[in-house]
Amino acid sequence: MQNLPWIIILGGGTFLSLVLSGLGQDAAFSAHWGIIAAVLGLGTIILMRRPAAPVPTAPAAAADTLAYFDAPIRIGSILTVFWGCVGFLVGIVIALQLAWPELNFGPWFNFGRLRPLHTSAVVFAFGGTALLTTSFYVVQRTSRARLINDNLAWFVFWGYQLFIVMAATGYLLGITQSREYAEPEWYTDLWLTIVWVAYLVLFLGTIIKRKEPHIYVANWFYLAFIVTIAMLHVVNNLAVPVSPFSSKSYSLFSGVQDALTQWWYGHNAVGFFLTAGFLGMMYYYLPKQAERPVYSYRLSIIHFWALIFLYIWAGPHHLHYTALPDWAQTLGMVFSIMLWMPSWGGMINGLMTLRGAWDKVRTDPIIRMMVIAIAFYGMSTFEGPVMSIKSVNGLSHYTDWTIGHVHSGALGWVGMISFAAIYFMVPRLWGRKQLYSPRMVNWHFWLATTGIVIYAAVMWVSGIMQGLMWREYDAEGFLVYSFAETVAALHPYYIARAFGGMLYLAGGLVMAFNIWMTIRGRVRNERPIPTAQLQPAE
Amino acid sequence: MSDKHIDKLSGVETTGHEWDGIRELNNPLPRWWLWTFYGCIVFALGYTVVFPAWPMLSSATTGLLGYSSRADLDADLAAAKLAQGDRLEAVASTPVADILKDDGLARFARAGGQSLYKVYCSQCHGTGATGSAGYPNLNDDEWVWGGTIEQIYATITHGARSPTDADTHYNVMPNFGADGILGAEDIDRVAKQVASFSGIEGGAASPEGQQLFADNCASCHGDGGGGLVDAGGPSLNDQIWLYGGTLEAIRAQINQPRHGVMPAWGARLGDTAVKQLAVYVHGLGGGQ
Repeated sequence: MQNLPWIIILGGGTFLSLVLSGLGQDAAFSAHWGIIAAVLGLGTIILMRRPAAPVPTAPAAAADTLAYFDAPIRIGSILTVFWGCVGFLVGIVIALQLAWPELNFGPWFNFGRLRPLHTSAVVFAFGGTALLTTSFYVVQRTSRARLINDNLAWFVFWGYQLFIVMAATGYLLGITQSREYAEPEWYTDLWLTIVWVAYLVLFLGTIIKRKEPHIYVANWFYLAFIVTIAMLHVVNNLAVPVSPFSSKSYSLFSGVQDALTQWWYGHNAVGFFLTAGFLGMMYYYLPKQAERPVYSYRLSIIHFWALIFLYIWAGPHHLHYTALPDWAQTLGMVFSIMLWMPSWGGMINGLMTLRGAWDKVRTDPIIRMMVIAIAFYGMSTFEGPVMSIKSVNGLSHYTDWTIGHVHSGALGWVGMISFAAIYFMVPRLWGRKQLYSPRMVNWHFWLATTGIVIYAAVMWVSGIMQGLMWREYDAEGFLVYSFAETVAALHPYYIARAFGGMLYLAGGLVMAFNIWMTIRGRVRNERPIPTAQLQPAE
Repeated sequence: MSDKHIDKLSGVETTGHEWDGIRELNNPLPRWWLWTFYGCIVFALGYTVVFPAWPMLSSATTGLLGYSSRADLDADLAAAKLAQGDRLEAVASTPVADILKDDGLARFARAGGQSLYKVYCSQCHGTGATGSAGYPNLNDDEWVWGGTIEQIYATITHGARSPTDADTHYNVMPNFGADGILGAEDIDRVAKQVASFSGIEGGAASPEGQQLFADNCASCHGDGGGGLVDAGGPSLNDQIWLYGGTLEAIRAQINQPRHGVMPAWGARLGDTAVKQLAVYVHGLGGGQ
């Protein structure tokens, strides 16, 4: 019974959760801990029914990969696809709710609760699981070292999944501290802190015992992501609970300090979670798939440090023309402008790595996905500094333009680079010679790309229109449009946006099927994708 | 591990390290990238000299331009005020009926009234002011509380049945059926009588109905149902109906009447805004 300690821990957790549920001072707290108890109880039962600790099942894997601890990576690959599809689906639901408010089914399924469910499902469940999974994969292979401790890796992996479930169920119950991208309440935050410190120990420990003389660039980015998120998470969530048995807490900050802390966190969640972490992903999977050396070591080191140093100051640009003092607004803007080239350093290093391998864009749909990811990364990291300029922000702020900007980053960059990494890893992790269907990767590519282009273009039009309508004066100096009229004008764009999202989800489902069949060891009977000799490259 | 080698495709030397098969070329930083980066830094530093930026002990540098977003807002508001000239003051100081006599001022007040109407009135009276069941249409020439500019102005200022305004328009139609004032047969007779005024299907005039109407209704709705503005009794002899123009709807209204409530806007929006609204509503087509 190697599982015994885990069974005891999980059983104890179940018991503790039940006690907390019983002691709860409000109904939401009791219900939430009841759900957590059920989840932990289910985990206990599953473990008890297993004969022994999970044995790595990679019969056909190459001998040297057996030294690596890949079991959580396999589960993580599957869960990344799963959470992705969940996040995209909830996104479509709330997009439709915006177009047709009748689709709000309160209180559990109204927009106010589903919106954080969508953002957290995509950023933390899909993106977070992708980052954990790929960081486990990359750090082992580029350090030539097994993760320092199997049990610690399992704790980090399942602990993070528990955090996702706690956050998601809490939102539906209406438990929120109303901080954007940091909605989970104090006890969920505490749990994530424990998991995150364990993650840092695991990752750093593996790097320390590496057999390579130098730390690979991908690991710098992963490490920056882990360390900075720890700091951001702890500071932004400093709060005092009403009681140890209450789902409500009060932030340590108030007023404009509170707003600034929140956006210092919020912007760097984008910077270190969605940018640095995924750059780490790019720096490993792109050169591997393209079989080309990274373009410039010097560029990678300069743009890494510039990015890390500059990003952390850019948050105040979310508070232009507010109660935030002018000097802080200025700093937020100028740091965002200085951030343009450090961000593009990653794009250049990515695209230039393909020099000598551009023919693969035609023949390899995974490379194609990586290229579009980098293109969207470059586009949105240019758009961001532009939007941080105060006069541009005066038009774009509070409009759908912001939503479009976020999604070209999230769908285009984060989504596409993660899909490419999953397509790269899965055949290797299960010892398959190839994916079930490279052509379906191509379908996924086109569905997703068309979806993003529709989404982003529609949000540009609706956002700029919205901003212009808000500030339109007539010849007599009166506002031309009431707020309700500007909302009504958005209706067709909201429908088009939901359609773009549906295409993106359709691509995700194609991937889920392709991955599932690959894991089952099947190969689709299809015409191979033609190689370059059909038409010489010019 | 200084295993430097030359990449065959690009002819560039690698750094000599290798991780899981990945090497790194020792290319220099792209010139354009570096110079654009420097350019951004120079711009950023210059911007911090011109605008408020550097935090000091108790305040921050104010920048060469002396910019502040509060002053910026004040300047914008002053410019907007200037662009409107003294017309807002003119609206404030001119009696509402006299505004109509000045074409320029009336046009100005109407534009302001339209802007206000969309925000405060369209929820009930509709974006085109066409009203809906229970909410009067403002485009026609029937006015429950009067359609002259002063009457409209008074109605918007004090509202109708507003609990917050002592001078609000107030009347209540009795619950003829629900309170047992009239029996079912009499209600039916009087309903048919009312329906007959405007030729509604099922309507039928009768001597009993006529008498019932004279005894119970005419004091507010006028003889023959022509309506009485002073009592706030709508006219009953045309095709305009607040709660439906069928015999069924008329019977229901007599049995247990519904009453609308309109807020007293004078206290909320101020007199100048109400004047602009009155001019706008008066000009919709039905003003008297």
